[in-house]
Amino acid sequence: MLTDLLGIPPQVLFGQLMLGLINGAFYAVLSLGLAVIFGLLNIVNFAHGAFYMLGAFATVAVTQYLGIGYWGALIVAPLVVGAFGAAIEYFLLRRLTGVDHLYGLLLTFGLALVIEGSFVKMFGASGLPYPVPAQLTGGVNLGFMFLPWYRGWVVVASLAVCIATWFLFERTKIGAYLRAGTENPKLLQAFGVNVPLLTTLAYGYGVALAAFAGVLVAPITQVSPLMGSNLIIVVFAVVVIGGMGSIMGAVVTGLAMGVIEGLTRVFWPEASATVIFMVMAIVLVLRPAGLFGKTA
Amino acid sequence: MSATVENHELGGPHVSDHIEELSIRDLHAFYGEGHALHGIDMTVYRGELVTLLGRNGSGRTTTLRSIVGLMGRRTGSIMLKGQEIIKASPHAIAHMGVGYCPEERGIFSSLNVEENLMLPPEVAAGGMSVEELYEMFPNLSERRKSPGMRLSGGEQQMLAMARILRTGANVLLLDEITEGLAPVIVDKLAEVLIELKTRGYTVLLVEQNFRFAAPLADRHFIMDHGNVAAVIHKDELEEKQHVFDEYLSV
Repeated sequence: MLTDLLGIPPQVLFGQLMLGLINGAFYAVLSLGLAVIFGLLNIVNFAHGAFYMLGAFATVAVTQYLGIGYWGALIVAPLVVGAFGAAIEYFLLRRLTGVDHLYGLLLTFGLALVIEGSFVKMFGASGLPYPVPAQLTGGVNLGFMFLPWYRGWVVVASLAVCIATWFLFERTKIGAYLRAGTENPKLLQAFGVNVPLLTTLAYGYGVALAAFAGVLVAPITQVSPLMGSNLIIVVFAVVVIGGMGSIMGAVVTGLAMGVIEGLTRVFWPEASATVIFMVMAIVLVLRPAGLFGKTA
Repeated sequence: MSATVENHELGGPHVSDHIEELSIRDLHAFYGEGHALHGIDMTVYRGELVTLLGRNGSGRTTTLRSIVGLMGRRTGSIMLKGQEIIKASPHAIAHMGVGYCPEERGIFSSLNVEENLMLPPEVAAGGMSVEELYEMFPNLSERRKSPGMRLSGGEQQMLAMARILRTGANVLLLDEITEGLAPVIVDKLAEVLIELKTRGYTVLLVEQNFRFAAPLADRHFIMDHGNVAAVIHKDELEEKQHVFDEYLSV
């Protein structure tokens, strides 16, 4: 057995580290979606938390009504919510092309309020429980800490999705289109790429990532209409720290911030709710474009 | 008189003077409130190399941007290979065989040389192979893994040319491709253009450098204040010198 580190029992330290890693995994997947969307649409997607919530509700719904359970929801919920996001891009966001970015922020913020408001009306604010899938109940005692299987799975699944997204962007033809579209969408279109379609798909993909995080979180927390709005502010801070529009930046910063938050909870519990915002303030002063941002 | 009347005896076996590859009628284009093109008419025949000459702001770049569909508002008619494209979207126009090389070159900095080269989708059969292009531009071959932003101006220009030659596009719109480049690279580009002519490409070349353009072009469109002020055939260069002086001298 390990002895206490700096007067902290290892179970507490590693427990919080694990929790930090899990939160970080959610930050990573969510800020990754925001980065994808910002890159191509130049829109700060304030509805991201609402899509995350929709992912969680979709998990409950497909389990109840389609009977396909958690594993099916892992595929179906992101697809359905992503398609909903693509429709929103096609019918609403597209109309904002060429106007100030602020309008995109306002529209998505309004959408978030409408979606969350309707869900509060239908389901109340308290939330629904969702069971951990049978295959992942229980856990393992690692000696220095107890690791619930489900939490380990969340970290693995999130990382897998982040790596897959990185691969998609950096190593495939469609990724080259997405990167080129981020830089100069008009020229890309003049080369014969259907950029409006690409934009719709990118938004749908970013939204699907949020929904995927929503599925992962469903068995951990109460599935409630406001679960997204509580989280999204922190995720925006993470995006600011990492730098807008950078895939690697979003992932690395997300995980790092989760871990820093976890460690703060051990060593200075009072500051744990604010530490990410303190880091954000410092980064904004020293590197306004963010740690991985390219331009100021 | 007008451009179309003078077109009947075009030089060179490469020019098919009966096939109108591009035919522009009464084209107006606008930047916001600004009226940039005031009803231009222009016909380019298949296999021709024409230049658009004129001072800055005369509407040459706007003409190219209008053809590829990048101008927000434009009216009139642009027939490309017999089809009206004034309302077509840029990606649809590209797929009709148009290759566009913008003035700022438009190399994507987050893509390396090879990714930039492979980026534009193939729009027609018969494009040059990557090997052929690397042979034509050996510098690019040496730097294929370099990020786009690390290239010199000349390398960027070669890449911007090479990537549209790969796609099979046979109507090329080239905007100021010699601007700011060393003489040896300008010579290289001239060689490439001559090669393209022999292969039957139709080329619209926006140029400042008249000495570069003069020996290559079949005809010159002189633009001024958003209008085509004159069309000069390559055989008339000497007798119409005063036109060049009037519209091009600073």
